[in-house]
Amino acid sequence: MISSNSRVILEVRDLRASIGGIEILKGVNLTVRSGEVHAIMGPNGSGKSTFSKVLAGHPGYTVTRGEVIYNGKNLLDLPAEERAREGVFLAFQYPIEIPGVSNSSFLRLAYNTMQAHRGGEELDPLEFDDFIREKCKLVEMDPGFLDRSVNEGFSGGEKKRNEILQMAVLEPKLSILDETDSGLDIDALRIVASGVNKLMTPDNAMIMVTHYQRLLNYITPDFVHVMRSGRIIKTGGRELALELEARGYDWVRAEAAA
Amino acid sequence: MQNIESRDAWLTGLLPQTAGFAGPQWLDALRLEAADRVNTLHFPTMRDEDWRFSDFSLLRKTAFAVAEDAASGLTPAGIESFILPEAVASRLVFIDGVYAPQLSSTAALPQGVVAGNLMRELTAHDGAVRAHLARQAHQSDVFVALNTSHVRDGALVLIPKDTVCPVPIHLLFIATGGDAPQAIYPRCLIVAGPGSDCTLIEDYVALGPGSYCTAAVTEITVEENASVRHIRLQREARGAFHLGYGAVTLKRDSIYHANSLTFGARLSRHDLRVVQDGEGARCVLNGLALMAGRQLADTHTVIDHTVPNGKSEQLHKCIVDDGAHAVFNGKIFVRKNAQHTDAAQQSRNLLLSNKGRVDTKPQLEIFADDVKCSHGATVSQLEADEMFYLNSRGLDADAARNLLIYAFAEDIIDRIPVASLKQRLSKELSERILEHA
Repeated sequence: MISSNSRVILEVRDLRASIGGIEILKGVNLTVRSGEVHAIMGPNGSGKSTFSKVLAGHPGYTVTRGEVIYNGKNLLDLPAEERAREGVFLAFQYPIEIPGVSNSSFLRLAYNTMQAHRGGEELDPLEFDDFIREKCKLVEMDPGFLDRSVNEGFSGGEKKRNEILQMAVLEPKLSILDETDSGLDIDALRIVASGVNKLMTPDNAMIMVTHYQRLLNYITPDFVHVMRSGRIIKTGGRELALELEARGYDWVRAEAAA
Repeated sequence: MQNIESRDAWLTGLLPQTAGFAGPQWLDALRLEAADRVNTLHFPTMRDEDWRFSDFSLLRKTAFAVAEDAASGLTPAGIESFILPEAVASRLVFIDGVYAPQLSSTAALPQGVVAGNLMRELTAHDGAVRAHLARQAHQSDVFVALNTSHVRDGALVLIPKDTVCPVPIHLLFIATGGDAPQAIYPRCLIVAGPGSDCTLIEDYVALGPGSYCTAAVTEITVEENASVRHIRLQREARGAFHLGYGAVTLKRDSIYHANSLTFGARLSRHDLRVVQDGEGARCVLNGLALMAGRQLADTHTVIDHTVPNGKSEQLHKCIVDDGAHAVFNGKIFVRKNAQHTDAAQQSRNLLLSNKGRVDTKPQLEIFADDVKCSHGATVSQLEADEMFYLNSRGLDADAARNLLIYAFAEDIIDRIPVASLKQRLSKELSERILEHA
C-alpha cells in the first residue's frame, strides 16, 4: 500500500500539550501518509489517548508547543467541528450516550453537515435510510439500532461498532481509533476490524491507539510506534508489536534511555 | 363556617360577587363553603413549607376579575393551530374558562361516554358529579378553594365500565389574553369506570400575551382495573400566571400514566397528588419544565402509597436558561400498610446559565418495612465531553448545544402517546430552543 511518493496527510512536529497545568505530551513527532496504518502502543498513562484527543481538538487540552499540519492546513487553528468537516475522525474510547436522539437522526445530521461542507448532496430521511442500511452491513449492525437513542443502553461492543458505523458514514481522510479494541470480545473485535479494513483506501490513513497487540492480528499496521511519557520513543514495523507482546515495554524504555 | 382568621383583601377580592351561578343547591353550598374557606386561608408565601422556594408575590400586584363571556367570537379556524387530528371530534373547548360549544365536538366518542360541559351535564349525571366533585383536591389549598368557589363551566368526562375510548379526549383551555387582567378557573372532573381505558389531553394555551391568571383544578378517579393516560400541557402566555392542581385516585389494579409539560407562564405552579387507594395500582409520572427569561415553574408532586403492591415511577426534568427558576418537590409516601411497594423517582435538571436556578427536593417517607424504593436528583450543565463528541462529528457549538438540550427534553416528549401532539411538541421544543440559542 505504501509508496514513498504517497501524499503526506499528517505531519506532527514537537507537539506538547497539557491539561490543568500538567504536561502530558512532551514533544510528539509523527508523519502519516495516505494509505498508511499506524499503530501507537504504550502502557497506561503514556499519553496515547491524550494524543488522539488533541488531534481531534478536545478543548480541555492546551497545546503549548509544536505544530500539526493536516493536508497543508494548520490543524491546531481549527475547532473540533472544522477538523471533523476537513476529514479528521476520532473513534472514541468511551462513546457518549445521547438519550432522546435517535441514532439515525444523529447520523443523518452529522452526514448532512459534512455534505454541506463538502458541497455534496444532503439526504432526506428516506434517502438516508437506504444509505445507512448499506453501511450497517459493514459492521454487521442490526438496523434496529438506528431507531434507538445514540449509544443508550448499547453494550461495549455495540458502542464500538456504532463508532465504526459513524466512520463509514462520514468517510474521513484521517481516522484515529482510540482503544477501539478494549473491552471487545473476540467476535466483536473481528467484526469491528473487518469493518475498519473495508474502509481503508489508498487515499485515507489511520492511526490506531491501542494497549494490546491483539487488534493488530486483525488490522495490519504499516508502522508501530511506542509511546512513553508523552513521546514516541521507538518506531518499527509490525514485528515490533510482536516483540512488545513478548517482552513488554520496559526494554524499549531502557533502549531509549541508553 | 364564619371563622375568620385573617381576611386577605386580595384573596377576598377574587371571590365571586354573586351568591351563585345556578345549578343544584348542593353545588351552591359547595361554592359558599369554599368561599368561606378562602376567607380563613392566607396567600402562600416563602414562609410556608410548601412554597418556600417560590416567590409568587408578583401575583398579588394585579387585581384579577373573572372573565366575561368572551367565547362567542371565535371560530374553529381561529384556533386551528391547537386542534389535533386525533381529537378532531373528541374535543371540549373553553375560552377564558367559558365553555364554547361551537368549537367543541364529541361526535367520535363511543356510545355511553360522557364528555361535556359540567354545568350542562350536571342535570343528567348529578349523582356521579356529586360523588366526585371537590372530593379529592385539597380544600386547604387556597387556589383550590378559590376555584371551587367559582365552579361553573368545566369538563366532565365519564367513561363507562369496560369501555375503551379509541380517540384521545382533548380538553382545550384557551386564554384570549386580552387587556383586562382576567381570572380563569378551569375545572375538570374525570371518572374512568372499572375496566375502562382512555387518553386525556389537558391543554392550556393562549391567543394573546395579556396578563391573566389561571387557577385550574382537575380531579381524576381511575376505577378498578381501568387505565388512564393523561397529558397535561401548560403553554400559557409568557406574562400569565398559572396555578394548576391535580388530584388523582387510583383504585385496585388501575394504571395512571401522566406526562406533564410546562413551557409557559411568567410564574407557574403545578401540584399533582396521586393516591393509590387500591392494591396493585401503578402510576407513571413524567414531567418536563422548559424555562427561560424570568420564568418560574414550581412542580410539587405527591405519590401516596396507602395499600400493598403498588408501583410508581417518576421522572421529572427541568431545563433552565437565562434567569429562570425551576422547582421540583416530589414526595413519595409509603404507608405502614403499603408492603411490597415499588417506587422509583428521578429528578434531572439541566442548568444552561449562571443566573438560572434549580431547587429540587425528592422526598421519600417510608413507614412500611418490605418495599423497594429509590430516588435521585441531579443538576448538571452541558458536559464538555458531550459537546466534544458532537463537535467531533462536525456539529458546531450551537448545533451541539441545541441537540443536547433537545435530546434532554425529547426524552420526555417521546413518551407522549399521541403522535400528532408528539410531533408538534418536538417542533415547538426546537423553536423554543432556537429562540434562546
